[in-house]
Amino acid sequence: MARIYIFKRFERFWHWSQAALIVFMLLTGFEVHGSYRIFGFENAVTYHTFAAWMIIALWVFAVFWHFTTGEWKQYIPTMEKVDAMVKYYITGIFTNAPHPFKQTRLSKHNPLQRLAYLFVLVVINPVIWFSGWAYLFYNDLAVVGLGWLSLDWIAFFHVVGAFMMLIFFIAHVYLATAGHTPTAHIKAMITGWEESEE
Amino acid sequence: MNTTRFSIRYLLLIAAVLMLSLSSYAAEQKESVATIKMTQAAKQASKSTADHTKFTELQKDFESGPEVTAACLECHTEAAKQVHSTKHWTWEFLNPATKQRLGKRNVINNFCTSVKSNQAFCSACHVGYGWKDDTFDFAKEENVDCLVCHDTTGKYKKIPGLSGHPNYKPMEWPPKSGKIREPVDLKKVAQNVGKTSRDSCGSCHFYGGGGNAVKHGDLDSSLKQPLRYLDVHMEAKGLNFSCGKCHLSDSHEVTGSRYAPTAADDKGALLRGKEDGRNPTTCVACHGNEPHKEYAKLNDHIDKVACQTCHIPEFARGNIPTKMTWDWSTAGRLDENGKRLKIRNSGGMVAYDSKKGDFTYESSVIPEYVWFNGNVRYTLFGDKVDGSEIVKINQFMGGPDDPNSRIWPVKVFRGKQPWDVGNQTLAVFHTAGEDDNAYWKKYDWEKAMKVGMAAAGMEYSGKMDFVETEMSWPITHMVAPKADALSCAQCHNENGRLRNVQGIYLPGANNTPVMDKIGLGIALLALLGVLAHGGIRILTSRKGAK
Ligand code: HEM
Repeated sequence: MARIYIFKRFERFWHWSQAALIVFMLLTGFEVHGSYRIFGFENAVTYHTFAAWMIIALWVFAVFWHFTTGEWKQYIPTMEKVDAMVKYYITGIFTNAPHPFKQTRLSKHNPLQRLAYLFVLVVINPVIWFSGWAYLFYNDLAVVGLGWLSLDWIAFFHVVGAFMMLIFFIAHVYLATAGHTPTAHIKAMITGWEESEE
Repeated sequence: MNTTRFSIRYLLLIAAVLMLSLSSYAAEQKESVATIKMTQAAKQASKSTADHTKFTELQKDFESGPEVTAACLECHTEAAKQVHSTKHWTWEFLNPATKQRLGKRNVINNFCTSVKSNQAFCSACHVGYGWKDDTFDFAKEENVDCLVCHDTTGKYKKIPGLSGHPNYKPMEWPPKSGKIREPVDLKKVAQNVGKTSRDSCGSCHFYGGGGNAVKHGDLDSSLKQPLRYLDVHMEAKGLNFSCGKCHLSDSHEVTGSRYAPTAADDKGALLRGKEDGRNPTTCVACHGNEPHKEYAKLNDHIDKVACQTCHIPEFARGNIPTKMTWDWSTAGRLDENGKRLKIRNSGGMVAYDSKKGDFTYESSVIPEYVWFNGNVRYTLFGDKVDGSEIVKINQFMGGPDDPNSRIWPVKVFRGKQPWDVGNQTLAVFHTAGEDDNAYWKKYDWEKAMKVGMAAAGMEYSGKMDFVETEMSWPITHMVAPKADALSCAQCHNENGRLRNVQGIYLPGANNTPVMDKIGLGIALLALLGVLAHGGIRILTSRKGAK
């Protein structure tokens, strides 16, 4: 059994606070959307807006951190071993086959993870961010030359982003249990240390 | 035994205390109303630089209204000329946008329908004396009625049927009531003139449509001494606005119009002295474009929603029901002795009157909501009506893609009224008068139609019927305190107040049902997928363990 220190303190903090915020934003966002009633529309809007500012602040820190530490390289996509990963999730995982990917400090994410997180970074987040900003400053859009953007399109993209986030969230939570033991990955994100079978 | 007697005594005592405190409370209420009136009078006296009781021109026992006007004009030399150019005098308004000739004199509504042939009756609310038919001299200065607007005593009342005059001799009023109305003391009224007030404006505008609260829904006598919940601006013990505070007037021209309203104002607060021809009566003219300080998101609504929509949650909130429907087609039913019927509903309001037909009323009414850009199009006399569909007496124009449109609250008044089938037009008919042609005298539609249509300049075709009509009234008075404004969810909700308003994206109102189904579908598939995957993992690992 080998132990490696994968997730640094800031990374873990970032992960869990972001997780909490995203769950909260899904919860409040879909209430604003009218899908159900928990906090009441008015509160949902207030909380959602507040959480939006929090998550923006968090992301600003995270972006800064990734560039100063060079950790952004973790998200450079690779197709190498993607097929092996897919095959592992389809068959290997059921037959106790060895995991085709070895985590190291320089390469924390398996190739499928890399692709998925990159998708979150370059598609889902920007869609949510930009539509979210537009939503927030809807009546001042003319100032930046976006006066032609109508609320229904802004909301359309924001809700599409929200659904993508929801789907990502489901898959992500499940795959967090797909380490060499169901809790291995989760423990790693709490303590920073990943155990792997050797 | 003892205990029961004791408890009865005890109960009596409580009841007595309760009654005492209630009556003293009532007395207190009366007192406070009295003090309000007194302080108002005191204020007025102290503010004016002229005491009209001291003017020699007014030390006179006036015989008639025009005589008083002549006295007023001795000092206020230009006043009558100014009044002559206003809608209050001409009852006419040329809509610059549609070129339609409007004004009370020209339009047909679905209440008493038309002024034509009924002037002697209707002119009780004209700012003049003597308009009984087309021979009225609109150029004569003494024909202007100064007192109806400038009276401060509340004793000056014009009587329907007297062509705009008050009664100068004792007369029975209301008719057949057995009550005698003493003539008005013109000297006293003339010596107590002052600025217009809620009472003076209200003496006509609260009673439009033939009675208190009947017409507008947001204007009735509850606004004379309103409490805060009814009107934040007019609250008698609070800001105590007169009508003129918003309807700023100049040279007797009163601003604000129902014929060509300002539906959208994004020009910000109006600075004093800045005369750029804009309407000073809008909410924005005082409150500016970003009135919500605590909760800025609300300011994002102003490009779509009129202030009134949220801040006037209901109309007729002053406990005086407003008329909602009027069906003329049932008029004329008499009792077994051939006498006029007047049937009251459980609330004591007249629900049927032989002269007028059936009515319904409502209090605290939730408005209907429409896009409105300030442009109102009327169905006027002579405009084609074919009886096949509901006639829109007026239509509020505008729509979601028009930047000058806002969502407005309206009272929609629904009715059924005569139309001339042969001439294909809404009818003008003769209602009030002492002659046998008046509908209210003999209940004979044929006669009333003949005279009315002729007065409007058209020969009656001989065939009349009743057609359904709708008329919209913008709701803009009775502004509630902010705590009583609509809450977000009253609109942001699938079944919210704006459910019938087209073309607006309303967060929270189930706007994207297709996307929701697809998105939720994929999310559920993902969930099922991972559950299945996990299930298989559990099964296979158990096997592996064996
Ligand atoms: C995980 C992140 C987020 C999710 C899942 C999410 C989800 C949602 C959803 C479903 C709605 C309802 C849209 C509608 O029905 O019209 C919504 C509304 C909104 N979202 Fe987000 N959102 C997220 C992040 C953000 C961010 C980062 C911002 C700002 C930059 C933002 C700003 C808004 C605004 C302004 C609204 C309109 C309601 C309001 O004023 O609160 N959201 N969000």
